[in-house]
Formats: sequence, C-alpha cells, structure tokens
Amino acid sequence: MAENGALHHLITRRRLLGAAGAASLALSKSAWAQTMTVLPLPGGPGARPITTAFPQKGPMILQRTRPPLLETPFEVFDKGVFTPNDQFYVRWHWAVIPTDIDADKFSLSVHGHVNQTLSLSLNDILHGLPSVQLSAVNQCSGNSRGFFQPRVSGGQWADGAMGNALWTGVRLKDVLDKAGVKPGAVQVRFKGLEEPVVADAPHFMKSLDIDHARDGEVMIAYAMNGEQLPLVNGFPLRLVVPGWYATYWVKMLSDIEVLDQPDTNYWTKVAYTIPDTPHASIKPGDTNVKMVPINKMVPRSFVTNIPSGHKVQAAAPTTVRGIAFGGDSGVASVDYSIDRGQSWRQAQLGKDEGKYGFRQWQTQLALPAPGAYTLLIRCTNSNGVAQPETPNWNPAGFMRNVVESVDVIAV
Amino acid sequence: MFRNLLPAVICLGVASIPFAARAATPSELKSVKVDLPDSDKMFADGPGSDAINNNCLACHSADMVLNQPELSKQAWAAEVSKMINNYKAPVAPEDVGAIVEYLSRLKGAE
Repeated sequence: MAENGALHHLITRRRLLGAAGAASLALSKSAWAQTMTVLPLPGGPGARPITTAFPQKGPMILQRTRPPLLETPFEVFDKGVFTPNDQFYVRWHWAVIPTDIDADKFSLSVHGHVNQTLSLSLNDILHGLPSVQLSAVNQCSGNSRGFFQPRVSGGQWADGAMGNALWTGVRLKDVLDKAGVKPGAVQVRFKGLEEPVVADAPHFMKSLDIDHARDGEVMIAYAMNGEQLPLVNGFPLRLVVPGWYATYWVKMLSDIEVLDQPDTNYWTKVAYTIPDTPHASIKPGDTNVKMVPINKMVPRSFVTNIPSGHKVQAAAPTTVRGIAFGGDSGVASVDYSIDRGQSWRQAQLGKDEGKYGFRQWQTQLALPAPGAYTLLIRCTNSNGVAQPETPNWNPAGFMRNVVESVDVIAV
Repeated sequence: MFRNLLPAVICLGVASIPFAARAATPSELKSVKVDLPDSDKMFADGPGSDAINNNCLACHSADMVLNQPELSKQAWAAEVSKMINNYKAPVAPEDVGAIVEYLSRLKGAE
C-alpha cells in the first residue's frame, strides 16, 4: 500500500507538471491542429487533426500526442519513392524521450558476450568505420490496423505508418567485429534512450539472432535521405533491419548487448508476437495459438494518384500509379484488375532503388463503359509471394497486406 | 568568366540527382534540442471520469483512447489489465472497475 501511495504521488506530480507545460504551450495553439482529415476506418472514428506542432516535422496526421504517434498523410507517397524526413511517420512506446541530445557527448555502448566492451562516440561511428547506404522501407507492424474487421485496439493507423528512406550508416557486423563476439553468442539486444514513465515498466528493447545481426545488411544509421535523423525518428542513431518490421528498428540506439542466452525481455518474448499461421491469421476468438515474434515483412502495393470514390472518364485512357514493396525481397511484378480479380494485367515498374525500398509502378487503363469499378492492385515479390485476396486477422492487428482496392466511377 | 560558370555547374549537379542525393551524407551530426508538444485534453466529466483522468493520462494522452473503435466491455477490461500487468500502470485497484465502465460507456460495443 505504501508503495502504491508513493507511486501515486509521483504520478500526480508528473501530471501537474504536465498540465503546467500544456498551459504554457497554449500560446502556440495557432500552430496546433489547424485542420482535420478523415481516415476511412470501418465504424470510425476517422477524424484526426493534421498537426505541424512537432519539431523537425511538417504536416502529420495526429494519432497520439504523447508518446507521439504521427502518421504520414497518404498523398505524400505519390511524390516519389523516398518519403521526406519531415513527413516520415513517427511511433514511440514510452513518453520519456530525451529532447536535448549533445552530439559530442552521445555514446553507443557495446557489451555483453564480447571480448572488448566498447563505448563509441558519434565521431568514432561516422569516421572510424566504413559507411554504407541502403534504401529500405520502415513499416510499423500495425500499419493499416484501423482496417481490421472486427476492429482491434492499438494505434488506429490507416496506411501511413510506413516510409522509405535512403539510410546511411555503418554495418552492425563491423561494430560487433570491433568488439569481438565470443563463441556461444545467440542473440544481440538493442536498447534506445526512451524510458517509461513508471520506473518498473519494461524498458523498450528488441533482439535479433546473432547470425541475422552479423549478416552485413543490418546497419546502424546516422542519416536518412542524406540528412541526420529528425529527433522523433530516432536521432542520432537508429538500427535499420532491412525487410523486417519497424519494431526492430530501435530509435536513439544507445546500447547493444550480445547475449549468450535467448532474450526473454517483454518486448521480444511477449509483445509483438504473431500467430504462427499462414499470413499470421486466425479466426477472431481462436485461442491456444502458438505465437512467435513478428519478423519479415510481406509484399504490399498501393494506388497513390487516385483516391477511392474518384470519377474518371469512361473509355478514355487514365493514368494510374502507385508504390509497391516486396517486404523481405524485391518487387517482381505489380498487377491490376478492373474485373474483380477475374483477369490481371501487369503494370510498368519504375526505377529499382534497391530491393528493400518502395518501387513506383504505373499503367494506363481505360474503363470500358460508365459505371462503378473496383480497381485491385497486387504485388508479387521476387520470392514469388503475392498479396492475398482476403484480409488476415489477428488480435494485435499486425501484418495487414491484403490486395488493395480503389473504387472508381467511370462517367 | 569562371566565377559566373561555377554556380551554373553546381546547379546542374544538384538538378541531375533525384531527391535523395546519394553523395550527400553528413560528415558530422549537429546537437539537437527541441520541445515536444503535450496535450491537456481530459476525458469528459461523467461517472468514473476522475478515475480515468487520474490513472491513465500520466503515461499517454487521451487522444489515443478517443481514437479507438467501439470495443466490448471484455475487450476494455483486457486493455486496462494489460496496462496494469504488462506496462505496470499504477492504477489503484478500486479504480479499475470505474475505468472499465467509463470506457464501455464511451466506446462500448456488443
């Protein structure tokens, strides 16, 4: 009881401090929530503010103020395959996020089952190791969760909890080699600077198997799209795990621990797990399903230039374009159908900027006669995996990748 | 003559590189100091509003809850217990029922 009372006191104090902070922010309210957007989530609510109140960020869809959940407005994806840093989506787990980072004092610790513990400065990382570049999609495990039916709790994202950037950094392998991984290492655990409000809550940490961590592709990025990362996207260092869901892409990476036992921490073992079934899909209500940590991404594709419900001219050429990504491999093809999936045609693919990134696609089609059409888009990746025609379902709202559809009216 | 040419050459160079300039990587990182916005939104007055306002808003702003779909009372109870058991939210035991009731009234489903 006494302990509970002390915690309550702490929380109340924090809340009061928070309220004072909010009051002092009232002056800047003109910059806050000026416009709204409506996400087409089944059953709603879909209304969200468009906010420009976050530092180093442009207009974003406000899902949650604290800890920040900011969604990329979908029209951004029509502009090109690289998502601008100032509109790249944002997702934090805990509310205590450092807002003052001194580049000269920051250090990355490498320790655990290694020959030599390291404390690397940003200078050591930028100038002491070979730099590598890679474009890769960073997508939240729960991207598009708001479209699950029946609906599930969690961040109610539409399709904008994803982005593609050109990441610059160093290979995780090179950092691990510098420390010297001892025989018997099984996993590597990553921790950033964010902290929970409640002291005994589980610190956010994720682990990768040792062979994955040393595959030469996993990197520690210090730049995205040629610039240092915005603070809310993980400045100064972020783990980049190409082809894997963003939960592994630890932000404000400050601690790397090589483990000689499998990680049993909450965020690896319990949270972010999926049913071990095709498409991580189960029937609502099913229990006693084997759960495994979420891992590789699956293919997706979207139309970016025609919103659903749009009118186009019948029997005339219409340009349709969008983006696709293969998940854990490149895009092999993007196909579309205007007859509810009876026949499919291939779209043209744009420049290949790397197998883990977005790929633009485009086609010209003509809707033969006036009427309502549903345009279906399907990506097949270079492993031969195609998007499924029926949506998956799981209680966490993870890994949605059903064939997307856009309603078009030919007039 | 050369002075005039130089900017033109630079401009051409920039224009020919699509969006993310592959060569452009920072050679050093600059310190960052920012302020993150907070939210003063509270849950509307009603039975249990004190319980939800006092117990839930320390860790996250109210908008997260207000953006949720309608969920069954059972689902709301599971959500509150996840906050307590998994995320160590220090919710007073006597407030749990009032919070679940408030959420079910706000966003209940069959």
